[in-house]
Amino acid sequence: MSAPVQVAGHGGVAASRGGGGHGGDGHGHGAGGHGHGAGDTHFTLRGYATGFLAAVFLTAIPFWLVMGKTFGSSTTTAAVILAFAAVQMVVHMIYFLHMSPKSEGGWNLLALLFTVMLVVIALSGSLWVMYHLNHNMMPDSMMNMHNMP
Amino acid sequence: MSEALVSAANEPRRFYMNREHHPENGTLFGFWLYLMSDCLVFACLFGAYAVLGRSYAGGPTGGELFDLPLVAVNTSLLLLSSITYGFAMLETQKGRLPGTLVWLGITGLLGAGFIGIELTEFAHLIHEGAGPQRSAFLSSFFTLVATHGLHVTFGIVWLITLMIQSARHGLIPENRRRLMCLSMFWHFLDVVWIGVFTFVYLMGVLP
Repeated sequence: MSAPVQVAGHGGVAASRGGGGHGGDGHGHGAGGHGHGAGDTHFTLRGYATGFLAAVFLTAIPFWLVMGKTFGSSTTTAAVILAFAAVQMVVHMIYFLHMSPKSEGGWNLLALLFTVMLVVIALSGSLWVMYHLNHNMMPDSMMNMHNMP
Repeated sequence: MSEALVSAANEPRRFYMNREHHPENGTLFGFWLYLMSDCLVFACLFGAYAVLGRSYAGGPTGGELFDLPLVAVNTSLLLLSSITYGFAMLETQKGRLPGTLVWLGITGLLGAGFIGIELTEFAHLIHEGAGPQRSAFLSSFFTLVATHGLHVTFGIVWLITLMIQSARHGLIPENRRRLMCLSMFWHFLDVVWIGVFTFVYLMGVLP
């Protein structure tokens, strides 16, 4: 880890970030960084523009679905806009946060996947437990139906 | 025996020198880990909102309170600020300081507009008697959305700091690294906002 990083470090942050990985990659990108970051394949106008256009569409469609009441059923609308949100998050991760399986030698992605796992456990667990809590604690009232998201 | 002693004395010295130098990549990965832990903070707040978001306590519902066109304006401001930050990074990459500062300034203004609209919305809600103390729904709503707003506010403070730093010292490696960290922070906040506008506002007005 240390030897390639020393070289890449001289090239400035943009270079080491662009190179992303450790190992043999670091040398090439570090050298590029001394010039004008020729090795920075991640930072392109094209990448940002693609991400932005995708994000605009992925934002506009859910707003249109909800404000125009396109679907009669709330459940359908909720499922569709949640799917749009998930896709938009991935788009932002790739085009704006420059995530790739290779960035930081794969450790970025590993940390992200671990976080996603914790988030899924926390969210689904909370909903599941609290639903049963409401269900079992307040059998006599209709309020428990309103408590569900 | 004496040979082994000499090599044993030499080995660690070389070993320690190799370990000294890798500050650049470490910062970015460390900052990424910070963002992931911040993500867990938001996940907890989203979880609280998911559980409490429909507990109105006889008070106003999301459908009655949320002004979707205003949220759409806010969302576009934040989305635009993401792409303008991207333009600032492109200028940084080319080593052009004035361009970097201009795009950072625009990003900051868009962020300030976002915060301004959010504060107006909050003031309006509190004025209507729909403050955080009204119901569990509003408590969790204010906690989640205001935490995001606070992050954006601190992002703007950081952005102004970096504009001053860059103007004074130029786009030196240290400033490039700081701009990279703020870039990740800023785009991360936009990702969190996707969750907020979808899960809180859009799903909140669904009957």
